[in-house]
Amino acid sequence: MSEHKLTQLKTLEAESIHIMREVVGEFRNPVMLYSIGKDSSVMLHLARKAFYPAPLPFSLLHVDTGYKFPEMYEFRDAYVKEIGADLIVKSNDDAISKGMNPKEFGVARCCGALKTKGLLDALEEGGYDAAFGGARRDEERSRAKERVFSIRDEFGQWDPKNQRPELWNIYNGQIHDGESVRVFPLSNWTEMDIWLYIREENIPIVPLYYAKERPMIERGAMLIPYYKEMESQFLEGEKPTQVMSRFRTLGCMPCTGAVRSDATTIDDIVAEAAAARRSERETRIIDHGSNSMEDKKKEGYF
Amino acid sequence: MNVDWKLSQEIQLLRLVTVGSVDDGKSTLIGRLLVDTKGAFEDQLLSVTTKRDAASEAEVDLAMLTDGLSAEREQGITIDVAYRYFATPKRKFIMADCPGHEQYTRNMVTGASTSNAAIILVDARNGVMPQTKRHTHILSLLQIPHLIVAINKMDLIDFNQQKFEDIRDELSGFCAKQGIHDLTTIPMSALNGDMVTVRGEHMDWYQGSTLLEVLESLEVTERVDKKRFRFPVQLVNRPQTRELPDYRGFMGSVVSGTVKVGDKVMALPSGQTSTVSEIVTFDGSPDEAFFPQSVTLTLEDEIDISRGDMLVHSDELPSAEREFSANVCWIGDEPLSERKKYSIKQTSNAVMAMVIAIEYKTDINTLEHADSDELAMNEIGRVRFKLQKSLFYDTYAENRATGSFVVIDTFTNNTVGAGMIV
Repeated sequence: MSEHKLTQLKTLEAESIHIMREVVGEFRNPVMLYSIGKDSSVMLHLARKAFYPAPLPFSLLHVDTGYKFPEMYEFRDAYVKEIGADLIVKSNDDAISKGMNPKEFGVARCCGALKTKGLLDALEEGGYDAAFGGARRDEERSRAKERVFSIRDEFGQWDPKNQRPELWNIYNGQIHDGESVRVFPLSNWTEMDIWLYIREENIPIVPLYYAKERPMIERGAMLIPYYKEMESQFLEGEKPTQVMSRFRTLGCMPCTGAVRSDATTIDDIVAEAAAARRSERETRIIDHGSNSMEDKKKEGYF
Repeated sequence: MNVDWKLSQEIQLLRLVTVGSVDDGKSTLIGRLLVDTKGAFEDQLLSVTTKRDAASEAEVDLAMLTDGLSAEREQGITIDVAYRYFATPKRKFIMADCPGHEQYTRNMVTGASTSNAAIILVDARNGVMPQTKRHTHILSLLQIPHLIVAINKMDLIDFNQQKFEDIRDELSGFCAKQGIHDLTTIPMSALNGDMVTVRGEHMDWYQGSTLLEVLESLEVTERVDKKRFRFPVQLVNRPQTRELPDYRGFMGSVVSGTVKVGDKVMALPSGQTSTVSEIVTFDGSPDEAFFPQSVTLTLEDEIDISRGDMLVHSDELPSAEREFSANVCWIGDEPLSERKKYSIKQTSNAVMAMVIAIEYKTDINTLEHADSDELAMNEIGRVRFKLQKSLFYDTYAENRATGSFVVIDTFTNNTVGAGMIV
């Protein structure tokens, strides 16, 4: 008889599947937020496993800021078509038409309008009572405090001082009308787990995660990807140079830095992640400044 | 994470919880573990590096690393559970860092409920505190398999062996009264790192393992019932696609025991029996499934099964009763009282319940039982419930998954109690 022991990755997989099934059992109208990044790719892969052989019992929702990398849109459309998922794309069109951008309005206002408001409006419009997100507790210290089922009030806001106790793996999905729940099936995954799982399961990811010669603006220690259509977001005198680089996380073009890297295969990426001395969110401008993630989360950001 | 990435696919997961009184250095200990196992990144360390005064060298404030909420940093205390992750070449750890303040005991119960092991911090200067006893009692009710007592701040009592042994003996005496005998006690200075991941130079008189050595060698799944198969059904899978028009699969997690293709199973509550025809997963159809796998089962016969039902082997039935007693940690703002009605959620099953008696309330310090009309927040007692319909359960001692439940206030929808069936 076999030993009946699961590896830690398979244990995490089983936990995530259990969470997703509970949500579908408890809620009327769930939706899965899909940001096209590596964590979303893993979450989506787990969802396919959870409900196999049935199709996904919910839609994917991409809150589009319009500032994502062209490679991300291409990947999104091709992959969603390949697996036969239903994708909904929503944007804060009002802010976009007014020319919202991080350079003129500041990163906080831009994120607030395009991401947080975009998300809250899309959730309200869809009437979703549960939304899956791919956030992990190891990403950032306020995320380390969040429950798997995170209750939001009718304004979509998080009250970190008054979270519902979450015991064993019994999830209380009872909410009042107007409230909703954000669910984080990857809560217990680390960046390293994500990469190991992508390798083990051959999960497709956006090619930007692999190193390649790319045109970059070098601003201080940061490498900001150069795209012609983003020219207005660069500072005076900034000129692109070709840098062998890749992205550890993917966000909006003006606010996502790259890292110098020679990692061209998934094995290289895993090795690089294992040796990394700095966190992946370091390249995300959104997190910097005191307390910023917690504030954004209270307002309704993921 | 300084893990050998070739090995890391085979390693197992250990969930642990750290508890203790206020200011006995939990956050510092976790910070120390994260730093020494390289589970914290340089930029995260940099963001919590402070100078005590202008003249001194900058040092990492280890507690600031884990106190993630602004209210916590403001007040210098831990309010809610923070989950932290670190790994060694032998094992991955999920650590729940729990608050020490009594008013946040419910968050401690949350952090402890999923754990295989607990680290109880004791400040060597203060010895065993009321809160130490409360936490130890809760851990014993939750039947956390491994308890590790870390007598911290040994540097502040000159690494005095006698004092260490006095505290150890007092706490092990208290634990013995509750039937806890598997207790490992380690002297420690989390601030200096002595006996956390390395032995340090100050406590040659201590012959035992360091904390990390203990954590790396604990058994992970010994508290799981490996014999009796329990499969709470979360959902019925009915794709109704052109390829699978009549497919019906039962989706859930194997919470204990093992199931094989060809096994005779019984569905509860209907009592109907059938045979497992396939164990379905995205990655193929294995011959057997075991804890904690999430799978889908198909059966040879069309029998009535829906969410909240349970599949079991028919020769190993769970209890099926409309009344039971349970140890309850009360975590609601409004007290639990007799005649009150609540919703109980056990596995994926919810049922209405009424409190018919509070059998006793436990005095945390003396462990003595007293009569009481109610259980207030953070109080613990034995409660008898009457259910609107039969619940299928094992005792918590036999099966953590089918013997545990949460109590939900049907007016506020909040989780107000943690129950363990006796």
